Amino acid sequence: MVTVADTPLDGRCPDGNIASRWDQRKRDLKLVAPNNKRKYTVIVVGTGLAGGSAAASLAELGYNVLSFCIQDSPRRAHSIAAQGGINAAKNYQNDGDSVWRLFYDTVKGGEWRARESNVYRLATLSTSIIDQCVAQGVPFAREYGGTLTNRSFGGAQVSRTFYCGGQTGQQLLLGAYQAMMRQVSGGGIKLFTRREMLDLVVVDGIARGIVTRDLVTGKYETFVSDAVVLCTGGYGNAYYLSTMAKTCNVTAAWRCHKRGAYFANPCFTQIHPTCIPVSGDHQSKLTLMSESLRNDGRVWVPKTKGDTRSPDQIPEDERDYYLERRYPSYGNLAPRDVSSRAAKERCDAGFGVGPSGMSVYLDFSKAIKEDGESVIREKYGNLFHMYERITDENPYKVPMRIYPAVHYTMGGLWVDYNLQSNLPGLYVLGEANFSDHGANRLGASALMQGLADGYFVIPYTVGDHIATRKVKPISADRPEFHEALEAAKSRTAAILNVKGTHSTEHFHRALGKIMWDHVGMARNEKGLLHAIEQIKTLREQFWHDVKVIGSGETLNQNLEHAGRVADFLEFAELLARDALYRDESCGGHFREEHQTEEGECERNDADFSYVSAWEYQGIGTESILHKEPLTFVDAPFGVRSYK
Amino acid sequence: MNHVASKNLNLTLKIWRQAGPKQPGGLKTYQVRGISTDMSFLEMLDVLNEQLIASGEEPVAFDHDCREGICGTCGVVINGQAHGPDSGTTTCQLHMRRFHDGDTIVIEPWLAKAFPIVRDLIVDRSAFDRIIQAGGFVSVNTGNAPEANTTLVPHHVQQDAMNAAACIGCGACVASCKNASAMLFVSAKVSHLASLPQGQAERSKRVLNMVATMDAEHFGNCTNTGECEAACPAKIKLSNIAQLNREYMKAALLSKE
Ligand SMILES: Cc1cc2nc3c(=O)[nH]c(=O)nc-3n(C[C@H](O)[C@H](O)[C@H](O)COP(=O)(O)OP(=O)(O)OC[C@H]3O[C@@H](n4cnc5c(N)ncnc54)[C@H](O)[C@@H]3O)c2cc1C
Ligand code: SF4
Ligand code: FES
Repeated sequence: MVTVADTPLDGRCPDGNIASRWDQRKRDLKLVAPNNKRKYTVIVVGTGLAGGSAAASLAELGYNVLSFCIQDSPRRAHSIAAQGGINAAKNYQNDGDSVWRLFYDTVKGGEWRARESNVYRLATLSTSIIDQCVAQGVPFAREYGGTLTNRSFGGAQVSRTFYCGGQTGQQLLLGAYQAMMRQVSGGGIKLFTRREMLDLVVVDGIARGIVTRDLVTGKYETFVSDAVVLCTGGYGNAYYLSTMAKTCNVTAAWRCHKRGAYFANPCFTQIHPTCIPVSGDHQSKLTLMSESLRNDGRVWVPKTKGDTRSPDQIPEDERDYYLERRYPSYGNLAPRDVSSRAAKERCDAGFGVGPSGMSVYLDFSKAIKEDGESVIREKYGNLFHMYERITDENPYKVPMRIYPAVHYTMGGLWVDYNLQSNLPGLYVLGEANFSDHGANRLGASALMQGLADGYFVIPYTVGDHIATRKVKPISADRPEFHEALEAAKSRTAAILNVKGTHSTEHFHRALGKIMWDHVGMARNEKGLLHAIEQIKTLREQFWHDVKVIGSGETLNQNLEHAGRVADFLEFAELLARDALYRDESCGGHFREEHQTEEGECERNDADFSYVSAWEYQGIGTESILHKEPLTFVDAPFGVRSYK
Repeated sequence: MNHVASKNLNLTLKIWRQAGPKQPGGLKTYQVRGISTDMSFLEMLDVLNEQLIASGEEPVAFDHDCREGICGTCGVVINGQAHGPDSGTTTCQLHMRRFHDGDTIVIEPWLAKAFPIVRDLIVDRSAFDRIIQAGGFVSVNTGNAPEANTTLVPHHVQQDAMNAAACIGCGACVASCKNASAMLFVSAKVSHLASLPQGQAERSKRVLNMVATMDAEHFGNCTNTGECEAACPAKIKLSNIAQLNREYMKAALLSKE
């Protein structure tokens, strides 16, 4: 039985006209005077789009910023890998876009499980992001006349996605990174690379610092600050195989959770429809083929089960373009959750292609015939090249083979409208929070959200915390810092002391298999209960049997990985429990018990129109559920149909 | 055109092992068996590391993250070539189908004075960050930006800027150069920003400061051997170095700052 807190959780949104809520909030937020800002220290953990933009903008304002990341340079954060693009309601195409439409598409895309006020603000800020990035020198694609151009992404009937070839994330991140480097040279940012945050320090109920481990020397350190801004990305690697970078983790967020921060909607995970299929047991990660490819690529499988002819031998009328068939008005640009399930349905029914039968075709022959190979090359050249390197097949000649893979996590630490967690002084930005995408994120909206949070929200809201709470300087000699430092040290020591027989990799893969099989694209009660038991058993085995070689006093990648897997093993149980409790289907969370005859999601607004925010009670003890009710006035509940 | 069925390889690996920056290092020989030709090069190293852990030896430390060829984290010298034999390809995107059964593969870290070894195959590339800190940006605070379509950027200008901006900061250009020069890396950023209207205000200052920092970081001189271009996974063109030289000359002659 889950204990539900009596008082509903309040997102502290402004009220009044949705279009003026952010202005109103900005009016109400307290300010820190310009020359006082340098007296305050803000810790920013993470240097992806969210952390990079936050660190640079806060330093520009005059705050003393301490910036941390796992990689050897901030420029290598996972955001660098984003391919397809970033949405903005510029309406440069004159095709009917507006702030309201981007807002509505996002709420609908997320199946009415996101906060209206937040989403509206996101849509409003989207246009300033493009301005900012262009001013930094981000080379967005252009028309011949020199104006900015757009492409289409899933879940939208307008063309609002800005892009830099297939390297949009790279260019946006380099923009933020360069803005950060400017502040590093000016002294506004102190950079701490190859540092992993292992704990949050809470003093008198307020987040006041962090504990880190230097990944080169193994040294533990504490850092004191007046606010902590967590921008540590998503937890997709709980599934082992995903399109996330190898170091993506839940550690920072999970340790904050263990210190009292609520974890919201962990079961809202996104499985992306267009990834390169698994090729064997050695597979260490999966590679995305950007959704933008569905602008020109057509998805199909043979109409006959087990058809082993090569694709060029299968005539047009023996092909099933199942997305165009099932969703005629969106076709190949149906949203991700819908497209992924449709691919799974065809493959499970025996129509899949490739050696394992677990893939479908993404075919460019029509586009190449109509537009010419050079046009396709300019749009997607680097993606085609990547596909060929990995699969040894030339997608200009043979259709790509794709299959869904874990890609993004909508869930994350709970935050209010100001992006502050329930722990005062702790702010959470980007993929690490839960705020804007509901049960399913639309393509090209993560980059938008990370940059909106970092460039345009946190610079306003962090000052309010400092000014209203009148935070006082404290020293790292406080017992809370010592306690957190010792806790982090002893956890690492405990891992090294197990001296078991199986590697970290073994446990991570085993966890991934449980998650993919039972908490993946389709979930049911029996499977989830089974998964919870299996996760618990695996966690116990880990603590009795993991084998980590080497010491904690040097660079030890195996030890780093083991620490992250240990946290995934705790977190995965919460993810599965959240999936079990949410007895409805919506977006990326598909409960087989709740589907229409056609296999679409059956949502239950009467019982589940809320955010699930879990409060930690200890490992092995069930968390307390706080519900934040969601109401929809400007984008009223509707049927999420893409037919 | 169609994928050739995968095979299994048995290989001899000679890998640079070095416990720390000041410790002595050397090549150590390992055998790996049953490596599928579908594996990536790093997956092959994963197999080796699992084998080492099982036998109680410390795994080989190597840098990597995205495994998609974009983050620039990975990078080792494979049989004398930075990022290995395939052009325009990072170490993580190199696949084992490029090798043959019975091959011996020598794997070493980037070797350059400006990139000290941290451990095994991992080096410290923070000098690149310091070069960017010297001027590889446009000074525009958040909130200062004009409407994005105010300044038109012709399609071909944008394409040139994008091609230069594609640098992933991996350091292969330095590792492949006998002088350990960072000219290709620096020229990519200078060309990217110099080609766009947004980069004009700081054009001279940028190139002067970035080049000065590059020299101070102990990167060598460029003698135009072109090895960097051949090794670069992002296909950054040598012509950027020519542009860098022009930019530098112009700035040095004309700069009033
Ligand atoms: C292959 C791929 C393609 C994508 N394409 C698109 C796209 O086209 N459009 C779109 O909108 N979205 C896309 N996404 C999603 C989007 O890229 C991410 O959601 C977004 O970049 C996340 O940014 P972030 O700043 O929140 O976190 P990240 O970029 O993940 O950064 C996390 C940062 O936190 C640091 N960190 C993590 N843990 C710790 C710790 N314990 N201690 C210290 N530091 C830590 C890391 O070092 C890193 O700097 C894509 C995602 C993938 C996987
Ligand atoms: S120029 Fe090429 S080789 Fe050099 S750092 Fe950039 S991407 Fe790597
Ligand atoms: S691991 Fe990112 S480029 Fe190779």
